Amino acid sequence: MKRLSWFNAVSLTLGFAFLYIPMVILVIFSFNESKLVTVWAGFSTRWYAELMQNEAFLNAAWVTIKVAVFSSTLATVLGTLAAYVLVRGGRFMGRTLFSGMIYAPLVMPEVITGLSLLLLFIGIGLDRGVLTIVLAHTTFSMCYVSVVVSSRLVSFDRSLEEAALDLGCSAAEAFRLVTLPIIAPAVISGWLLAFTLSLDDLVIASFTSGPAATTLPIKIFSAVRLGVSPEINALSTIMIAVVTVGVITASLVTKHQVARQRREEMEAVRS
Amino acid sequence: MMRRFFLIAIPYAWLLALFLVPFAIVLKISLSDYAVSIPPYVPQFDWAEGIGTFIAQLDFENFIWLTEDDLYWKAYLSSLKIALISTFLTLLAGYPIAYGMARAPDEWRPTLMMLVILPFWTSFLIRVYAWMGILSNEGFLNQFLLWTGVISEPLTILNTNSAVYIGVIYTYLPFMILPIYSALERLDGSLIEAAEDLGCSRLSAFWLVTVPLSKNGIIAGSFLVFIPVLGEFVIPSLLGGSDTLMIGKVLWEEFFSNRDWPVASAVAVVLLLLLIIPIVLFQRNQQKQQEAEQ
Repeated sequence: MKRLSWFNAVSLTLGFAFLYIPMVILVIFSFNESKLVTVWAGFSTRWYAELMQNEAFLNAAWVTIKVAVFSSTLATVLGTLAAYVLVRGGRFMGRTLFSGMIYAPLVMPEVITGLSLLLLFIGIGLDRGVLTIVLAHTTFSMCYVSVVVSSRLVSFDRSLEEAALDLGCSAAEAFRLVTLPIIAPAVISGWLLAFTLSLDDLVIASFTSGPAATTLPIKIFSAVRLGVSPEINALSTIMIAVVTVGVITASLVTKHQVARQRREEMEAVRS
Repeated sequence: MMRRFFLIAIPYAWLLALFLVPFAIVLKISLSDYAVSIPPYVPQFDWAEGIGTFIAQLDFENFIWLTEDDLYWKAYLSSLKIALISTFLTLLAGYPIAYGMARAPDEWRPTLMMLVILPFWTSFLIRVYAWMGILSNEGFLNQFLLWTGVISEPLTILNTNSAVYIGVIYTYLPFMILPIYSALERLDGSLIEAAEDLGCSRLSAFWLVTVPLSKNGIIAGSFLVFIPVLGEFVIPSLLGGSDTLMIGKVLWEEFFSNRDWPVASAVAVVLLLLLIIPIVLFQRNQQKQQEAEQ
């Protein structure tokens, strides 16, 4: 049994305090009665009520969710395909360029990605709106999905696929019945990652959105530029709560799955 | 065979059309001239005139302009400086946390991991915004410091470069902690014991054994912070002041406020050139690590 030395205990405490105190303050002051964000004037849920009546925010939230659902689903399909091609595709012409295009968007500054996509959309005369944001988000998040999925593809035992093929499966059946169930956790976490990236994105959405489609981050950014406001605190609190619940549920589900898998493996070994 | 072709072609075509072609357009517009038209640049590509005349009309004027106006030089240099300093500060803050996590009892580790990753899932914008209320003149930090009597007058932190550093450390800390943690977690504790048995003090065992063995994690974490910070836009525009020059912000303003697309494109091209070196170094490091693991 290892015990924490006082040095490690202090650095962990300070580190996590630094990571969490700002958010805790944000959440607490979203329940503040006063319009002044830094002076406590009693508990109230008034800002949440005002938020629910703010048409512009609700519209933006709806656009954001639509964009996130479409783009993350599309990105998961394309990203899984790309990962499969990269790991199992063997050699083909232009493979280096392909893997370069998968990794480059991960480190590309958002301002450049946004600018280049906007210039493309204008060049081909595509009106900016929900569609263009979906295209933009799909492009960068499919790369994240493919990185997550390919790390899973690399680590799993290829002989399982080969066995399925030997036993008479077609390539498509082997993929559907063997490969897909094994990489499913990675595909799901890829989808979740793509979904949050899309929800979060300000810069690329600002470049690729038109007047008809404003996403929540764009709305928040223009409100926040004018200073701190309790309504934004309330909105932030809701978003933090959603993410926290989502992440904790996801990790509990994976934990449960891993435990079940282990149990099944143990039973298989015993029988 | 046909199916294999389609499997490869679909993601390939998507990335070509929406990643590579847009870059070609940026490069092309950076070589064009500003014009009061829609879209605001000439020459516009015209098949009828043929590609020869089109290329003849391109020039490097915008790039020469970038070298002549101080603003751009200063912005590139100051982005580099801010990115370097904040990467170093993030390393200083992140290393002890990663170290503490690697030394924590085994059953705590999944929880600690989750606590590090959780902020990464919450909106970047909100995490930056949270600091606006803390760092302002009437903010919580000043209230706290005045209350404890450390200072007698509020400090101006918001809208300065210090606020930018704090914002960067806060938002990029998980990127630094995770690779260092995974390097430290694999570290064999008996090596340190051996060093101590052989007469090293605890501190010199740390410097001579632990730090070198976590080198790969340190390098990976530093690149993961440095590369995105160089082109950062949200943090300098919300926490920085009017004198905080960062190239991401300059590009944004050139595009949205001045509507000078050719110059904005030229800024983007130069930023990309600056990033190529660290990106290539980063990929080499990752490859070396992968090979070492195999």
